[in-house]
Amino acid sequence: MGLLDQKFENSNIVITSMDNLLNWARLSSLWGMQFGLACCAIEMMATGASHYDLDRFGTFFRGTPRQSDVMIVAGTVTLKMASRIKVLYDQMSEPRYVISMGSCSNCGGPYWEHGYHVLKGVDRIIPVDVYVPGCPPRPEALMEGLLKLQEKIRTESLAKKKSA
Amino acid sequence: MEATMTQPTTIPGLGRALKTEEMVISMGPQHPSTHGVLRLELVVDGEVVVDVIPHIGYLHRCFEKHCEHMTNYQQVIPYADRMDYVAAMSNEFGFVVACEKLLKIKVPERVEYIRVIMAEFSRIVSHLIAIGTYGMDIGAFTPFLYCMRDRERVLDIFEQTCGARLLYNYMWIGGLSHDVQPDFAAKVKDFCRYFRPQIKELNDLLSYNKIFIKRTANVGVLPADVALNYAVSGPVLRGSGVQWDLRKNDPYSVYDKLDFEIPVGKGLKGTVGDCWDRYMVRIHEMEQSVNIIEQAVERLPGGDVASAIPKRIRPDAGDVYVRTETPKGELGYYIISDGTATPFRVKVKSPCFVNLSALPAMCRGAMIADIVAVLGSIDIVLGEVDR
Amino acid sequence: MTAQEIFESLKGRFGDAILDAKVDAVPDPWVKIAPARLKEVCLFLRDDGEMLFDLLMCLSGVDYRGGKLGVVYHCDSTVKHHKIVLKTEVTDADPHVSSVESVWKTANWHEREAFDMYGIVFEGHPDLRRILMPDDWKGFPLRKDYQVPEFYNGMKVPY
Repeated sequence: MGLLDQKFENSNIVITSMDNLLNWARLSSLWGMQFGLACCAIEMMATGASHYDLDRFGTFFRGTPRQSDVMIVAGTVTLKMASRIKVLYDQMSEPRYVISMGSCSNCGGPYWEHGYHVLKGVDRIIPVDVYVPGCPPRPEALMEGLLKLQEKIRTESLAKKKSA
Repeated sequence: MEATMTQPTTIPGLGRALKTEEMVISMGPQHPSTHGVLRLELVVDGEVVVDVIPHIGYLHRCFEKHCEHMTNYQQVIPYADRMDYVAAMSNEFGFVVACEKLLKIKVPERVEYIRVIMAEFSRIVSHLIAIGTYGMDIGAFTPFLYCMRDRERVLDIFEQTCGARLLYNYMWIGGLSHDVQPDFAAKVKDFCRYFRPQIKELNDLLSYNKIFIKRTANVGVLPADVALNYAVSGPVLRGSGVQWDLRKNDPYSVYDKLDFEIPVGKGLKGTVGDCWDRYMVRIHEMEQSVNIIEQAVERLPGGDVASAIPKRIRPDAGDVYVRTETPKGELGYYIISDGTATPFRVKVKSPCFVNLSALPAMCRGAMIADIVAVLGSIDIVLGEVDR
Repeated sequence: MTAQEIFESLKGRFGDAILDAKVDAVPDPWVKIAPARLKEVCLFLRDDGEMLFDLLMCLSGVDYRGGKLGVVYHCDSTVKHHKIVLKTEVTDADPHVSSVESVWKTANWHEREAFDMYGIVFEGHPDLRRILMPDDWKGFPLRKDYQVPEFYNGMKVPY
């Protein structure tokens, strides 16, 4: 990725800032929580499969929120499910990130007008870092969303606390 | 020493009775093996499951309410796609056949054959996901990757025809939204030639694997009379030995002109109606789908796919119930029209909803690990259960 | 058997429980039954040697506007290859229909859904509670006069 691996030419010593090192470690192995809700879950599975492999970015799906860094909310969030999503988000340990995948979790999607049981956007209950639009987003779009999240992590700093 | 699960027992030397009691465990709504947001309340006595109570509704997206607010019947089709999102073409097929019966429209032959080809591709895609995720639930990860690889080739054909991979809005009332590309027939025949050996490879990998058979044979047996009383349909019903497929028993579109067989569970590795039977019915159905696609693409006539699409859809007042055979089972649309351009009532009878209601009947006395095997063999998609 | 024969057989046996019929309706002929007598009519339809309706295809609740609710049953026979549609009507002041869960087990979940969406109470159902909506939801969403609530548990419902 051109961050630190180019610097090992002469000796085994690299001098860099703590921020760079930690951010590089975090973004290169973002473990996702298996949280497919609806149609976008199938595209997420397709992205994780061999054709559009996500493992080359270091992303690997874990079944439990305790072991994951990023929660990809893929699919429609209903009012019945919303409290469970909050519980799962609270169970993830920091640093934790959220990618909202698809129209339904961005803003309610095609169900925005008459859906009495649909939560119009998952950002009404948890903070979201990256929004990936589409219905459903193509696997390439989800990968771009993941790369955007990696860029966001690259600019983080230990000194400035992440809000929420 | 052995202690039986249900009776209090005396431990030698201690002189005390060991008492056990039942525990209630909640499996889901977020769980790697529940195929979506489903909550199963398990009442267990040690490792043996005494009762299973499914709780659904975590993906209820108000499809029926949306239908009552649309200004045109064609606007319902994208919502119908999103119910069984794995095999979206089948949902559209059911809805447009129901509306065409209500409006008394006859579509051109070309449209009928293309619809059948797309529906059968949809069946292959759905069964590939069912088999891949079932293997993953049992513990085999490689078949999942093989199935997704083959699925990508079908999605390429879909994308070339209508521009979308998963949710198409392709079948419209009276016709189709786009005609197929000129090299469609060549691509389809190519795929059929490629796919038949892949089914054999899948059989070698998974179906006749000793561990797979041990985990699925004699597990989750559903007798045929119980299955009919619960009105289950699709591979679940055929796995129990009942020869019932709507494409033969109540034909629609051009299925009565095509030649294919209906695979039925025979209890080859265990009892009739166990998980292995339901799984094998899906494998054989994929082979039959390839047969149907080859015949349909040979007979594909020329013509215009959009010539019968009505400009204004305003059916007479009345109601109709039409059922089609989707990969999951019998999908029924009950449409009531009041003479206006907005549907008065659209009720969807979803096969996964009915198949899931039979889960408690299949699971009593099984172990917790068997619940996962049985749930995977029913093959549910929560978008369709909750609508 | 044709729809006319089924209707005549039912009328002959149950008399005043059969309220109305339209056997020449296209495409689906229907028979209307009194709500309180549904279970015995359905038991006859399932068990009689000439009828043998062993498959309940669909059970739908309907709101006909003007305070009228209804339930529609689509029945099929895998043995005799005939179909029939049964309809029944109640008012929303007294929405009680007898349950057919003991006749066809599949009606269990379908009736729970009709109760959840329309508020139709099925007498004799072993476990009538909400199935799709949360347990503490107020109101019956698919009725024509339903008002969407502003907030549910602190979350804003409309867009």
